[in-house]
Amino acid sequence: MPSVRSGWIQGLCSLAHHPSALHFLADSGAVDTIFALQGDPSLFVASAASQLLVHILALAMQGGASGSPISEAAAWPICAQKIVNHVEESLHSKATPQVTQALNVLTTTFGRCHSPWTGVLWGRLSPPVACLFERDPIPAVHSLMDLLLSVARSHVLNFAACGLWEMLAQTLSRLSPTQAGPLALGTLKLQHCPQELRTQAFGVLLQPLACILKATTQAPGPPGLLDGTAGSSLTVDALLSSKSACVGLLCQTLAHLEELQMLPQCPCPWPQVPLLGATVTILRLCDGSVDPSSSMGGRLCGTLGGCVRVQRAALDFLGTLSQGTSPLELVLEVFAVLLKTLESPESSPTVLKKAFQATLRWLQNSHKTPNCSDLSPDALLFLGELFPILQKRLCSPCWEVRDSALEFLTHLIRHWGGQADFREALHSSEVPTLARQLLQDPESYVRASAVGTAGQLSSRGLQATSASPENPLAQQGLLMDLMHILSTDSEGFPRRAVLRVFTEWLRDGHADVIRDTEWFVATVLQAVSRDLDWEVRMQGLELAQVFLIQAMGQPSLHCPYTVGLPEATSPRPHPEFLQTLCRLPLFEFAFCALLDCDRPVAQKACDLLLFLRDKTTHCSGPQEAGDSPNSASVEAVLQRWREGEQGQPLGDLEPEAMLAILRSLDLEGLQGKLAKSSDHVEKSPQSLLQDMLATVGILEENEADCY
Amino acid sequence: MKLYCLSGHPTLPCNVLKFKSTTIMLDCGLDMTSTLNFLPLPLVQSPRLSNLPGWSLKDGNAFLDKELKECSGHVFVDSVPEFCLPETELIDLSTVDVILISNYHCMMALPYITEHTGFTGTVYATEPTMQIGRLLMEELVNFIERVPKAQSASLWKNKDIQRLLPSPLKDAVEVSTWRRCYTMQEVNSALSKIQLVGYSQKIELFGAVQVTPLSSGYALGSSNWIIQSHYEKVSYVSGSSLLTTHPQPMDQASLKNSDVLVLTGLTQIPTANPDGMVGEFCSNLALTVRNGGNVLVPCYPSGVIYDLLECLYQYIDSAGLSNIPFYFISPVANSSLEFSQIFAEWLCHNKQSKVYLPEPPFPHAELIQTNKLKHYPSIHGDFSNDFRQPCVVFTGHPSLRFGDVVHFMELWGKSSLNTVIFTEPDFSYLEALAPYQPLAMKCIYCPIDTRLNFIQVSKLLKEVQPLHVVCPEQYTQPPPAQSHRMDLMIDCQPPAMSYRRAEVLALPFKRRYEKIEIMPELADSLVPMEIKPGISLATVSAVLHTKDNKHVLQPPPRPTQPPSSKKRKRVSEDVPDCKVLKPLLSGSIPVEQFVQTLEKHGFSDIKVEDTAKGHIVLLQEAETLIQIEEDSTHIICDNDETLRVRLRDLVLRFLQKF
Repeated sequence: MPSVRSGWIQGLCSLAHHPSALHFLADSGAVDTIFALQGDPSLFVASAASQLLVHILALAMQGGASGSPISEAAAWPICAQKIVNHVEESLHSKATPQVTQALNVLTTTFGRCHSPWTGVLWGRLSPPVACLFERDPIPAVHSLMDLLLSVARSHVLNFAACGLWEMLAQTLSRLSPTQAGPLALGTLKLQHCPQELRTQAFGVLLQPLACILKATTQAPGPPGLLDGTAGSSLTVDALLSSKSACVGLLCQTLAHLEELQMLPQCPCPWPQVPLLGATVTILRLCDGSVDPSSSMGGRLCGTLGGCVRVQRAALDFLGTLSQGTSPLELVLEVFAVLLKTLESPESSPTVLKKAFQATLRWLQNSHKTPNCSDLSPDALLFLGELFPILQKRLCSPCWEVRDSALEFLTHLIRHWGGQADFREALHSSEVPTLARQLLQDPESYVRASAVGTAGQLSSRGLQATSASPENPLAQQGLLMDLMHILSTDSEGFPRRAVLRVFTEWLRDGHADVIRDTEWFVATVLQAVSRDLDWEVRMQGLELAQVFLIQAMGQPSLHCPYTVGLPEATSPRPHPEFLQTLCRLPLFEFAFCALLDCDRPVAQKACDLLLFLRDKTTHCSGPQEAGDSPNSASVEAVLQRWREGEQGQPLGDLEPEAMLAILRSLDLEGLQGKLAKSSDHVEKSPQSLLQDMLATVGILEENEADCY
Repeated sequence: MKLYCLSGHPTLPCNVLKFKSTTIMLDCGLDMTSTLNFLPLPLVQSPRLSNLPGWSLKDGNAFLDKELKECSGHVFVDSVPEFCLPETELIDLSTVDVILISNYHCMMALPYITEHTGFTGTVYATEPTMQIGRLLMEELVNFIERVPKAQSASLWKNKDIQRLLPSPLKDAVEVSTWRRCYTMQEVNSALSKIQLVGYSQKIELFGAVQVTPLSSGYALGSSNWIIQSHYEKVSYVSGSSLLTTHPQPMDQASLKNSDVLVLTGLTQIPTANPDGMVGEFCSNLALTVRNGGNVLVPCYPSGVIYDLLECLYQYIDSAGLSNIPFYFISPVANSSLEFSQIFAEWLCHNKQSKVYLPEPPFPHAELIQTNKLKHYPSIHGDFSNDFRQPCVVFTGHPSLRFGDVVHFMELWGKSSLNTVIFTEPDFSYLEALAPYQPLAMKCIYCPIDTRLNFIQVSKLLKEVQPLHVVCPEQYTQPPPAQSHRMDLMIDCQPPAMSYRRAEVLALPFKRRYEKIEIMPELADSLVPMEIKPGISLATVSAVLHTKDNKHVLQPPPRPTQPPSSKKRKRVSEDVPDCKVLKPLLSGSIPVEQFVQTLEKHGFSDIKVEDTAKGHIVLLQEAETLIQIEEDSTHIICDNDETLRVRLRDLVLRFLQKF
């Protein structure tokens, strides 16, 4: 049974914290068993076995060489020697799985151990590793690359001396463009790496896009990404060999470049303009609007036409490229290609979603001027063309499209809802009306997004009816609509969305809410307390917390190490406010949530009550001395009420009684209990024992891997 | 084997195949794009159309102003619309034995062929093809006959005058052959010549070839055809679809191992994906209706409309359009909706299984029941009482030149709230709209063409691997508007042979074998001799009897006996003479051994020369040469018969006789 084998390894792992365990491990033959377990059919067991080997090796070396590194591997402890010999043998093996196992052990070792002995280890094992590159095909390429990168990240080695950079450079030039991509990215992520190698690695990532530019650029034009670098023919072959190879290489390259741009190690200077040009070209190859100048361009056009995967990857990267500074004409080209993608009936729902995301990023970054978050004139022109498209998308028969259009709209309003030009453009379109209509959409996800959009529109005073300020009824209408959704919608998502909107409205002091906050909170809590969806209940607690914070001030920090600043004494809650809390009934809601069968809800309720208790410590009434109810009895009452789900458990208690109950509960204890993860039961020794007993009962191998 | 190409329209084909003494017409499509040159036929008097100015030549000569009218810079013929017929001069159409119809859109020229060319053969089609084809013809005749137009323009067709006209009239081809629409009587007569067939049914034509319809997945009852003899197979693929819509899926497997595959009827909009277009259709429809506008969908009364109604059935509730009326107006609307529900065996599996529940296979039945979809034969009568706006109207004809659609264009064209959505790909929507300009209503082009695209074609060809592909010339190059899209053409090896209108193509394969039956008594008398393991030979002497394209070997007549009566004598005169046959030889001559044998028999001074086809053995002394080739041996000596016979006998030692 895999769980028993896994448990056995975990047991050894615990054992191997003590140096004296080394003898036991070496003498008992346990190490040989671990070697065998590296090839276990259960991947979890195999991985744990390989981790254990690293652990034992580290322990042995730690014990053996407390001071300076033992330069002679022969003088290493027997246990370590045994493991190293095994790894070395495996590296020489013809069987790829064994090579992979050895490489995995080494990768973990260099990733985890940074003692000087790892340098000696690399000195001994780098020749067999180098030999692996001579084989054709290279075995376990991915593990090999992981190892090289793991070694390169280690701080212990003197790379120049150990020839690692040469090995990396050779590998980059030997591997196929698709294989070399991840290694190039890993190399660029290294902190100390010769500039020459970085240039080479960056070249590997740029090569496919350079090929695309070359195949589609008519005139020599502006300088491209790379000029006549060796290896480009390999890339061209990869791009043209088959559709899957071309798509795979492009998607991988775009994803790597996207990741790279967001890193501090991002190469400088970053070729923003050609990269943007290449990405726009790829998108245009996908939508068939490029007029290719070469036969290769023609073939690419055929291969990439309508290719959803490449479109998605290119749109992701395009979004990231919005961070850089680009010339205006190129920005306009980006807007044009985005509009085309958003408009095209051929765009699939996932492509549209990515296009919406990229559009948002470009709108945010298109015109960065200090102290100005306004939309640029170009962006405004773009919006003018975008709204009719958005209108159409909001009517799409495909719910995913309606959903992502609504999400996009919500973001737009959140960013520019206050800007006059934007408001005017939005108002002149049918978009707000359509968005409001989607509150009745048959698809729950769409209803949820429509709730978010309607909430945002209302927050910004942009609701569908044109005369919003003069027409408070329309506003009230939305509040009632959302209340209706909260109490009647059969799906959880729209109800959650309503609570998110309500919480935001409460936090921002939305006019409809502050008109009668008590009624608002009471109605919401009443609806939420009966909800079957735990996230709705949790959101309800969040709303209650916002309400309390607004009345009582921020929670005090509980960090024991912070220097106690002279705390501005938070206002003591007015007794009338406590009355209100009882009337809402917020106390009752929180107490019931404390016993919620869903742990996060109970945790949240616990935090809320702790906050309340904290804020009301000074409100102790005369009953404090001995009148407080017994905590066990309170819990019993709550439990009974929970089971019955009927009536008011605590009756119409006075605030003093509530506070007394609050103080009598062991909230800290409960918090500790709830903080334990739900699998602590499964991980207990008792559970393992049960598994072992079960194995004795069922001798045959159980294929199912419960871990 | 020859292919006569009578139509230039790749999706409305009309070809004639001459194969093994049969003449088979493949489809009978009618090119209706010619009607775009004519003014629309309004159902109700239209002051705008009747007041259009006449067109005059640049020099002011106005002799054509009765025939040609000008509208927004375009010139239209003011006459009964006319259609461009398939070529009738290329081949004598009275010699056509059979016509195979692949789908109801490809039979619209049938009455012109069967009624006016002396055609005496049979037409084969599936039942839905025939029934829905009848509806399409009936609608067409009705649209044109109910708006009688006195004028028939012919002056402009004069070649010298046509040259002077502006485009596109100037460039219209074969205008002299354009004909007015047929009558219902001709339609009925043409349809009476149809013999109904089912998928995979084998139909013998004169014993020479067998034709079989296969499901093509494009429309109800649409078929591809296999035309085969014992040793040759021609596949005719016309209007096929691999998408899952309402018809039975396409049968690809039966197309394998074809010698020639004639490929027509691919999608007319290769860059548009039907799913995306349906989405576009629904979005624009909802957007218009929500804004209080009306939607007009010019369409055929059968086909894509079933799928559109099904999509709308799923969509209208979610889009909040439950209260919007959908009207389907066509003289055959009722029949079309009803017919679609009764052809269960021709539907896709999902729809077939509904019939057993029992439920109607198409959900438009429910739309009709719940009064969401209403259908009317025309705008006159009940429709005018029920009509309520905003609404969605499906009506014909997609050319916008006749039918109820003309009325709605006139009615709604002035308001920008309304939208016309084009879904049929057969007509250029810009040309269709030309006589309605200036137009305020929105125009959306969502062509839905479910037929094969080029990616699907290339997969299909890889799978069925025909030896030769024949297709219209339009498919062998990228579309003119997207000349860089090398992926939008047929790419196969060997390259596809292309044809154009009025071209005759000799198909590139020779017939090499013919099946011959041997009578049992003759077979009994054969004495096979094994020449190699598994291969036996026998000589046959028989009389070849050929009748109705069947060949039979019969035993030869007995050796002639003295005639006993006059009658017998006459019979024996007919019987060919049976000569005594020389034995047949087989085997090959190993040169080295042959030379050794020659030496053994006293020949010396022997030289062997290799030639391209074999060897030459030179007997220099005897001045003789023996030429040994794969299928012949010659002994060339100078009038020395004895020597020749000696040598011949030596050669024969190496060969088998039988």
